Amino acid sequence: MNLEPAIAAPVLIGRPSDEALTTQLLEPMWRGYTRRFVLALLVTAVGTLWLLFAAGYTVVRGIGVWGNNIPVAWAFGITNFVWWIGIGHAGTFISAILLLLEQRWRTSINRFAEAMTLFAVMQAGLFPLLHLGRPWFAYWLIPYPATMRVWPQWKSALPWDAAAVSTYFTVSLLFWYLGLIPDLASLRDRAPDRARRILYGIFALGWRGSARHYRHYRLAYGLLAGLCTPLVVSVHSIVSSDFAIAQLPGWHSTIFPPYFVAGAIFSGFAMVVTLLIPIRRFFHLENVLTKRHLENCAKLLLVTGWIVFYAYILEFFLAWYSGDTYEQYTHWHALLGGPNAWVFWLTLVCNCVVPQVLWSQTARTSEAILLVVAILINVGMWGERFSIIVLSLQRDFLTSSWRIYGPTWVDWSILFGTISFFSFLFLLFLRFVPFIPLSEVKELKSELVHEETGHHP
Amino acid sequence: MMRRGLLAEFPTGDALIAAVRALHQEGYSRFDAFTPYPLPAVQRLLGWRRSRINYIAAFFGLSFALGAYLLQWWTAARDYPVIVGSRPAYAAPAFVPITFEMCVLGTSLSVLAALFVIIGLPRLWHPVFAIPGFERATIDRFFLGVDESDPYLDRDRTTRALLDLGALRVSLLGEEAPPP
Repeated sequence: MNLEPAIAAPVLIGRPSDEALTTQLLEPMWRGYTRRFVLALLVTAVGTLWLLFAAGYTVVRGIGVWGNNIPVAWAFGITNFVWWIGIGHAGTFISAILLLLEQRWRTSINRFAEAMTLFAVMQAGLFPLLHLGRPWFAYWLIPYPATMRVWPQWKSALPWDAAAVSTYFTVSLLFWYLGLIPDLASLRDRAPDRARRILYGIFALGWRGSARHYRHYRLAYGLLAGLCTPLVVSVHSIVSSDFAIAQLPGWHSTIFPPYFVAGAIFSGFAMVVTLLIPIRRFFHLENVLTKRHLENCAKLLLVTGWIVFYAYILEFFLAWYSGDTYEQYTHWHALLGGPNAWVFWLTLVCNCVVPQVLWSQTARTSEAILLVVAILINVGMWGERFSIIVLSLQRDFLTSSWRIYGPTWVDWSILFGTISFFSFLFLLFLRFVPFIPLSEVKELKSELVHEETGHHP
Repeated sequence: MMRRGLLAEFPTGDALIAAVRALHQEGYSRFDAFTPYPLPAVQRLLGWRRSRINYIAAFFGLSFALGAYLLQWWTAARDYPVIVGSRPAYAAPAFVPITFEMCVLGTSLSVLAALFVIIGLPRLWHPVFAIPGFERATIDRFFLGVDESDPYLDRDRTTRALLDLGALRVSLLGEEAPPP
């Protein structure tokens, strides 16, 4: 079935020689530090230091410095955790699911989307660790023969989470590195000096592009893509189980796993677009990151946005249909008019109203409009998790235990600190690693040329 | 694992594929190609079978899954049952997520391990790297190697054949001593 629109921008503009493509795509690694880049690096480094300070302060003083307390036992920490994990999912979606679906436009964006996944999961992992209060006991989640003889409680969603997130990080890292090896070899062979040739040469593991290697390499890459596909679905399903297996009104719902997975891919694509547009502009990559990439990401935002919108509607319907007083109170009163309810309204605007702009092709292919929409969706998806977690907890079963939540400066510092740390890692990645998959783009070009000339070897 | 033989440099992948096709028809069979991106046609022409990594990975993946399930069963239902809310100690549905995750983890790790063992990487130095101009094999040149052990290989005749097929240069592989 051909799902391509009648008229779409090409996935690659022009047919430059392999040599020219290599020179263009490796140029950012040799360019040196520009003033703007150094400034961005400094700003994000300061933010990262601030994160270290806030995290250190939390560990030294205890998690009482955060705003959460009974009944709002989970707040910013878990909101940020789910938000960051969700952002990671689009990277895997692009690199694995779109690979299996043979979507060619994924080629130029998969590398940096995967890097985004890795860095986002790193941020996410910080929150459960810090929320432990005593992060040095995190190894208690691993089943080891302890002197007390007790084992982790497998019927709780939290060990599931630990297994899912650590597996997700490990497999994403392996998948990313495996895809990177041929490009590291190109970097080795193009390195301007001996030091970098040795450094990149070690990371390239001695890759020489042998056909006998490619035969196994391609299968291994395809297998990892096949494994990442159910993995990415399982990770957010398990994350949603943290909530869904609890009794709390607003959480106790069987639609959570698909709802969370769709939301994750929605927010992740918003982050992909947020990163894609500046990269495209800053490194002048309009020939490999074309309007087609912008438009396809925008369409995926629209589709996943509607799935999320549908889930919101269904949540309210199920609350009404269940006949459960507490469910109904949470939905009619706590979400729509309780304390902090403005976050829920903001979520509705950002996630349900704003993406409708993307019905217009002009908006889908305009860098400025798309960037604004994507940033608003990032905000909206953060708000969604905050609404689910905090607005439900603030108004649980007993009126006597109700309490209004407010974040402290430490909460805000850690949230913005992780955004800085994420950006810092991403900038270093742009500086040292080929962020457009060189080998794959050359292969794509050769396929396109063969199709255009009708000549198949 | 090709160490000695002839190495011909081609300007395009199509020229390399045409050369493989021509030489294969003459009877040559022991080739390797070094290219910036994979050329599936080479594998097809030479009739190489599909890699078997998936069988290795399936074994380890299923072992990890079984191990994870048994570990959860033994710790939670046998060694030290902790009964919360009178739920059964042996709760099979609750063991599924971790079993699945460990299956994926085991499969992925074994895919990578099997790949590196089979293709013999990391190996930072190899005789092909001594060939002048080989650094373009990862950029824009396509190298075809004919192994020394190929019964049809005759240095002069094969060199001429490769040049006739459009090779820019033909070098002897594995003759020089490795660099210090």
